[in-house]
Amino acid sequence: MRGWTGPLGLYVPGESWVHRSPSGVKLLLLLGATAVVATVPSLPLALGGVMTAVLLAWSAGLPAKPQLRTLRRVLLSLAPWGAIVWWQRGGDEAVELVFDLATALLLAAVLTATTRADALADSLTRACRPLDRWGFSSERFALMVALMLRAIPVLFATFSDVQEAARARGLGRSPQAYLVPFALRTVGRAQTTGDALTARGL
Amino acid sequence: MIAFDAAAVTVPAPAEATARQRGAVAPDTVIIAPTTLLLADRRVAVIGANGSGKSTLARMINGLTLPTTGAVTVAGLDTRSQGEQVRQKVGFIFADADAQVIMPTPLEDVMLSLRRSDLSARQRSARALDVLGRFGLADLASVPVQALSGGQKQLLAIAGVLVTEPDVLVCDEPTTRLDLRWRLAVDRLLAGLPQQVILVTHDLGVAAEFDRCLVVDHGVVIHDSSGSASVGAYRELAAAHPLPERA
Repeated sequence: MRGWTGPLGLYVPGESWVHRSPSGVKLLLLLGATAVVATVPSLPLALGGVMTAVLLAWSAGLPAKPQLRTLRRVLLSLAPWGAIVWWQRGGDEAVELVFDLATALLLAAVLTATTRADALADSLTRACRPLDRWGFSSERFALMVALMLRAIPVLFATFSDVQEAARARGLGRSPQAYLVPFALRTVGRAQTTGDALTARGL
Repeated sequence: MIAFDAAAVTVPAPAEATARQRGAVAPDTVIIAPTTLLLADRRVAVIGANGSGKSTLARMINGLTLPTTGAVTVAGLDTRSQGEQVRQKVGFIFADADAQVIMPTPLEDVMLSLRRSDLSARQRSARALDVLGRFGLADLASVPVQALSGGQKQLLAIAGVLVTEPDVLVCDEPTTRLDLRWRLAVDRLLAGLPQQVILVTHDLGVAAEFDRCLVVDHGVVIHDSSGSASVGAYRELAAAHPLPERA
């Protein structure tokens, strides 16, 4: 199974002020910042957002290489979208859109890299607790978030596993040779995870 | 004390089987035949062929699988009506540690087990670190789980279960995926536990050492005696019914 160092779902232990800030505050700031860059149409703001996110990652002492790789991947995957907007609405808006989205993704990456999933789940639970009155289970919601964070690297590892298996049998080019086993394994994994949750009384 | 009272597990026959019978409903498929057992010994091994029902038997102890008829109780608690309480008393270790470990890092995973306790976050963290230390995983507390070796992951799974201090530990082939050194380490760990341990295993050398050992075949406990006697019976069974040879 290959490890995965993607933009989300990996905690990097550390003692920086970003790590020490309360997870609830970080979560609120992420929501706030994302809302502002998304609603205020301003190119300097979008550029500033990306720079702020990079500065935060740097001052949190996150290793530079994976961060740069993340930034590159994010920009690459946003490029086609940017191209469409460029064509329809012009360059300024395209650049702004790409940087807005990059800001949101990078800030989210900083949040998950500097906050243990357990702490994040705790603050989410606290934030959602008022909703419990109307039959919402904040405890469950928080667990769901944590499970999702863990599932991301697992899904990527599963995908590379089934792709390798298909390639070993000379079927590397046939999508159904890896998409079908990928779907089956993912469902199987969901069932065993459910069993594990039940067995652990959660 | 674990008690099986005529507990059986059956599943409805697949629709095609019924169709083949031309209208007559095909009989249910028996996974576990009605079984009555008392498991009070500190160490109980369960051996048998693949698909014989040993895992189902193990899962019945903590209510992951409920009996279709009859009942299973642990310390007087019924797995059907008091499943939650039963699972607080019975910890369960799966063969695939990857499925059991839920959170992204060891510390978080052990802390998750303590979520239901009244401890504060700080106390839970201290307790989890303490347990990880006892299992030699302290240095790996914040390492991503996917970076751990198979043995370390299984150790973590066991730590995550033992931190809640269950009375019984049911292990479904905990060493099947491990190399020899990890297997010995996990066997030694299980042997030293104060808890009652029910171990499902293909490792006959380990099973032979147990005070008590059940042999399961086609959903029936066909042999129930000391480890060495049961392993002998299982070897005879396998020799008497070998797999058909194929070209």
